[in-house]
Amino acid sequence: MIRLEPRRQHSQKMVYLSPLLAIFLTLITGGIIFAFMGKDPIEALYTFFIMPINNAYGVGELFVKATPLVIIAVGLAMGFRANVWNIGAEGQLTMGAIFGGGLALAFYDSTSMFLLPGMFILAALGGAMWAAIPAWLRTRFNANEILTSLMLTYVATLILSYLVYGPWRNPEGFSFPESRPFPDAALLPIIYDGTRVHLGAVFALLIVAGGWVLLTKSVVGFQLRVVGQAPQAARHVGFRQKRMVWFTLLLSGGLSGLAGLFEVAGPIGQLQPSISPGYGFTAIIVAFLGRLHPIGILFAGLVMALTYLGGELAQIGLGLPSAVTGLFQGILLFFLLACDVLTKYRVRFGAVNKSGEAA
Amino acid sequence: MTAISGNTTGAVKQRTGSGPAQLEICGVTKAFPGCLANDNISFRIEPGEIHALLGENGAGKSTLVKMIYGVMQADAGELLWEGTPVTIASPHDAREMGIGLVFQHFSLFETMTVLENIALAMNDVRDMAVLRQQVIEVEKTYGLPLDPDRHVYTLSVGERQRIEIVRCLLQNPKLLILDEPTSVLTPQEVDKLFETLRRLSSEGCAILYISHKLHEVQALCEHATVLRGGKVVDTCDPRAETAKSMAEMMIGQKLVSPDRGVRPAPGDVRLSVKNLSLVSDQQFGTDLQDISFEVRGGQILGVAGVAGNGQNELFQALAGETEIHGAPDCIVIDKQPVAGFGPRRRRRLGAAFVPEERNGHGAVPNMSLAENGFLTAFRRMALSARGLIREVPTRSFAEGIIKTFDVRTTGHGAEAGSLSGGNLQKFIVGREIMQDPGVLVISQPTWGVDAGAASAIHQALLDLAAKGTAVLVISQDLDEIYAICDQVVVMAGGKMSAARNMADVTIDEIGLLMGGLHDLNGDLAPKQDGGQHDPA
Repeated sequence: MIRLEPRRQHSQKMVYLSPLLAIFLTLITGGIIFAFMGKDPIEALYTFFIMPINNAYGVGELFVKATPLVIIAVGLAMGFRANVWNIGAEGQLTMGAIFGGGLALAFYDSTSMFLLPGMFILAALGGAMWAAIPAWLRTRFNANEILTSLMLTYVATLILSYLVYGPWRNPEGFSFPESRPFPDAALLPIIYDGTRVHLGAVFALLIVAGGWVLLTKSVVGFQLRVVGQAPQAARHVGFRQKRMVWFTLLLSGGLSGLAGLFEVAGPIGQLQPSISPGYGFTAIIVAFLGRLHPIGILFAGLVMALTYLGGELAQIGLGLPSAVTGLFQGILLFFLLACDVLTKYRVRFGAVNKSGEAA
Repeated sequence: MTAISGNTTGAVKQRTGSGPAQLEICGVTKAFPGCLANDNISFRIEPGEIHALLGENGAGKSTLVKMIYGVMQADAGELLWEGTPVTIASPHDAREMGIGLVFQHFSLFETMTVLENIALAMNDVRDMAVLRQQVIEVEKTYGLPLDPDRHVYTLSVGERQRIEIVRCLLQNPKLLILDEPTSVLTPQEVDKLFETLRRLSSEGCAILYISHKLHEVQALCEHATVLRGGKVVDTCDPRAETAKSMAEMMIGQKLVSPDRGVRPAPGDVRLSVKNLSLVSDQQFGTDLQDISFEVRGGQILGVAGVAGNGQNELFQALAGETEIHGAPDCIVIDKQPVAGFGPRRRRRLGAAFVPEERNGHGAVPNMSLAENGFLTAFRRMALSARGLIREVPTRSFAEGIIKTFDVRTTGHGAEAGSLSGGNLQKFIVGREIMQDPGVLVISQPTWGVDAGAASAIHQALLDLAAKGTAVLVISQDLDEIYAICDQVVVMAGGKMSAARNMADVTIDEIGLLMGGLHDLNGDLAPKQDGGQHDPA
């Protein structure tokens, strides 16, 4: 008989090692799957995981894709820590892009150096405003923020579509559903020539550092951890849950909005009907893969970005179906969860021995 | 092993029975990860015997009971039922054999009637009319008045326990196990229960009585087995022992009773509650009705009462966890009306609170002791600055508590959940006392705490009061109230009695007040063995 037995004390080291172990196991399993598909596993893994980043441009692309994932996931992790489940980061990202991008379009012939900072502020406000709706519904009517924030995502997408098909369509754009291209003053500067890495990557690092201080060093971060882990204890000492709902939703909404702006003012350079390949949703996985910890999220964002890039190359180079990206993300999550279970429990075979624990 | 050898081998013989024991436990061992809950336990229970199983929390009593009742299986050793080795695979099997168990926590559906609850627990479905007759018969025979058609949520705790007992008796048990049955009863209800148990015993039903209330064991039991750290450490005849000597067997060391010292003269009123009424926000909670009392500096006021009579609601109202819609001066701390204040403002005025539940209410189990110290103390002890946690003072505050209150742990980094109940309680009480509060409200200060830690906590509360703090102790444990309080009030049905000096109130009077309006008339006849409740 196989049983799972809770460990009395789980190793703190393993909590951090288990994501690495999961990645390693994913590689092995992936190689076996490739072998069964008749591909050389070494070559396939090389194509999937090494080739995307064996040149400066590739590494740059990795940062470009990781930037929005990390920025959004840091904000989401704060909420998840406090049991506030913002699932609508994709919508807040879209609203940020609309607000910030709207300013760029309003001043499309501007060269002012204040344009970009103004866009940052408006984008953060737009995302936060979009997240404020679920926050208000939750605190006023106790409406589940998972549902409200998710549904508002589709509203935001439709608003963006309306704008780029309608009033904000580029008058010189041959009726394509796109806005005018942003003026140069509204575009994020490239920070490494020959790549598409933009200023947003620097912001992502700052946000990781800020998130780390907030979560582990600040009284507010302490409060949201208490609210999440022991709501009754929080009530006992007067940490108000409603305030945490507002705080975490506004924060994660604001950061998502900023991430949206970085996309349209970075790699895209204008407003389009579709501005994100689901970064707001993938960031949820990134947040958990990174242990809801800003430093972990930084690495998790890079890993998830790599699966996107590798999936594309595997389609081109190996003729593999596009599902291979999802497959790798799925295997990775499976092993991560399995490693977590084995960190907390030990497997026992057969009958229980008398002493209960060998160690 | 054959039926005969059960009488001749294996078990440590405590005495020679004439026939096979009702139940003989032979070398039973059960291990959990990192802990040997039962280590080679052996003893026997004769038919008709009332046998006490004594031990502190964590001594292994509940584990043993779970194995007898088929909830768990032993790793080693065996059980002999009437001389025959048996495997009890499930509670269903146990009931078939004739083993009944009255749990410490009842398993009843509040919105169903007494009869429906009884029917649910029967092994085989019967005709409800027949069952009703049987229930009424059992109630009459054993003196357990209970209306089969009442809904459970309208019943007192004592009445609910009767349902559990009737449920067991309907199965004609040969062995009845009671796990801490009196922790929720008034002294009068306890007497009533004992009468029933004695009658059962005289009819040949063996009873295994699990308790840490020693005067009850003395009054009821003929034989006791003492567990400590999962082992049988002693056996005795409770009638030949004192409560103190049995307590020392349980804890394995000399018992130190708290030193009340010279009680200071009461100072100014530091906590006063005037005409506090509050509708409970819980579905089956108790509404507070017109509560008034005051506590002076240097005084310890005890709030006695059976659990669920409004004590939780009172604690939450005092701690600021519930909103109070009433006059702002219905709660006053050091002359400042605080009814509209939240917990943090009350704490800033020098009030401190210790809730009954440690894990998740008084402390966050997955956080370190340093963080748990920070939890309530960061303002008063200045453990934060400019919105950031000051790590060094936070750590040394926790270390200070650990040292001063002798908390057994690996250090300030240990998770609160990894501490034993007694050690965590010492930490939480210490955390509040180290903040030098003017008013301390503490609920069930030694609930589920080992005797060593309990006496340390009692001493700390007495010392705190001696320094001029007003202390309010909410407790179900009358011994505790007798040990440390100067005055006592009793809560029943959300109402509070007037304060009485400990010196001139008898245990029977307190018991009657505890019974309040809940009890049936038959229960109110005072009994004379109340003197045994005096502190040892």
